Amino acid sequence: MTAGAGAQVGLPRRTLLRRSSAALHRRPWLRLGGLLSAPLLWLGVAYLGSLAALLVTSFWSTDTFTGDVVRVWTLENFRQLWVEDVYRTVVLRTVGIAATVTVIDALLAFPIAFYMAKVAPPRVQKALVVAVLMPLWASYLVKAYAWRIMVSESGVVDSVIGVTPGFGLVAATLTLAYLWLPFMILPLFAGLQRLPDSLLDASGDLGAGPAFTFRSVVLPSVLPALVAGSIFTFSLSLGDYITVEIVGGPSQLLGNVVYDNIGAANNLPFAAAMASVTVAVMVCYLAAVRRTGALDNL
Amino acid sequence: MRLPLLARWLLGAGVAVALAFIYVPLLVVVVTSFNSDSTFSWPPRGLTLRWWSAAAQNDGALDAVATSAKVGMAATAVALVLGTMAAFALSRHRFFGRETVSLLVVLPIALPGIVTGIALNNAFRTVLGLDLGFVSLVVAHATFCVVVVFNNVAARLRRLGGNVEEASMDLGATRLATFRMVTLPSLGSALLAGALLAFALSFDEIIVTTFTAGAEIETLPVWIFSNLFRPNSAPVVNVVGTVLIIASIVPIWLSQRLSGDTAGGRI
Repeated sequence: MTAGAGAQVGLPRRTLLRRSSAALHRRPWLRLGGLLSAPLLWLGVAYLGSLAALLVTSFWSTDTFTGDVVRVWTLENFRQLWVEDVYRTVVLRTVGIAATVTVIDALLAFPIAFYMAKVAPPRVQKALVVAVLMPLWASYLVKAYAWRIMVSESGVVDSVIGVTPGFGLVAATLTLAYLWLPFMILPLFAGLQRLPDSLLDASGDLGAGPAFTFRSVVLPSVLPALVAGSIFTFSLSLGDYITVEIVGGPSQLLGNVVYDNIGAANNLPFAAAMASVTVAVMVCYLAAVRRTGALDNL
Repeated sequence: MRLPLLARWLLGAGVAVALAFIYVPLLVVVVTSFNSDSTFSWPPRGLTLRWWSAAAQNDGALDAVATSAKVGMAATAVALVLGTMAAFALSRHRFFGRETVSLLVVLPIALPGIVTGIALNNAFRTVLGLDLGFVSLVVAHATFCVVVVFNNVAARLRRLGGNVEEASMDLGATRLATFRMVTLPSLGSALLAGALLAFALSFDEIIVTTFTAGAEIETLPVWIFSNLFRPNSAPVVNVVGTVLIIASIVPIWLSQRLSGDTAGGRI
């Protein structure tokens, strides 16, 4: 019985599906190519291509009469950006605000991230994670709008403190800090989780107070996570124009200049030049922080 | 861990400040949606449900919600496919340029939204000569939703390892059968978590949307933005905002339960 049954079972039929499956198994590069083809086509060709097209456009200019893009190579846009005070001011102002937002978020995020990672019992920790994440998914516009309500005349801030910053750069900075806070809390939390408790205990055992432990043990270890969070807050603040329109009053940031040049002024090459400045700033920032290992923490 | 009393007090204060900072503005929106006065004065002089009934009948808002949902689902579907493919490619193979591809996936979300917006706008209008509309919007949204799916699936693949799949193939299953019966079920919750996050990202997106939607498509954020400054529609915007705040609780809680790790989030 066993011999006969064993001879009859045999191998599965060599269908096309099986043969192609076997071929794919023997040639991993074929699988890889197949897997990568669609994403690379989409992201590499389409997205990178459109970014490159944008960069190219920044070297062109517009015909002042027809508004069409004149494909003549010129550095006029960049020269304008560099020479004219107003644009330099806008860029510096935007970078300054982005940096301020990053610092505010880092200061606000650290205590709660530390508490979540090191001190809170597991159930509280899970609840806190949900509590921190929940506002992320409340609409961005709604949150900016909430701040508009709060800083307007006779709004919440006015009735609690008695004075309100009103619509302007201060309100914009506060709102931006508010919007991106979860993006700073989460990487910090992940980074602090990775820090072994025993290191902190050992530091205490060797006689260091909390402040010293913080400076010499905690801060260096979570620096990559801190920088990872800062990439988000910095990048998101750099290109933002909607928050400024909602709570910034008459202020102009980099994003507004780009937006105005696309819409009303119809000066795509100039807008592209401005946007390229943004990309350049971000690329420099990313390159500078690559060494801290922050990019692995994203 | 044991902390000296002062440190513990400071930490507690820091946590309280952060939580208050996070939630007070949201509470203000919720309360203001009941404000009988249509200005933003605080504290509200009276409460009313007037704005809620007005919002329920507001066609513009309801249409915008439907449009956002359609765009979101389409973008999520595309992102699921592309993100999963990329995750498999990067987790299961070692090849030259692996880190570059990884950077490429993150790029649409790492660059400021305005750059992505005008790059795609330029690509569609000037380079390809197409009109902006539903397709351009879905393409734009899918581009930055890929990374969310990618992260979730890649993390799950890393945790799973390849042993079960190899065992399945050793036992005679084709690659397709293995994928269908072994890999996909284990990826299930990661895919769902990624899809939820991608949908939420697309639903709320405004910056890239203003550049790639064209004049005819009005997603919910676009509707909110255009009604934000009109004093007559502002109360309805409040109501819509409140609904969005409450509605965002469910997906995020679900996504947390599904993805299983506590450090999940936008990225």
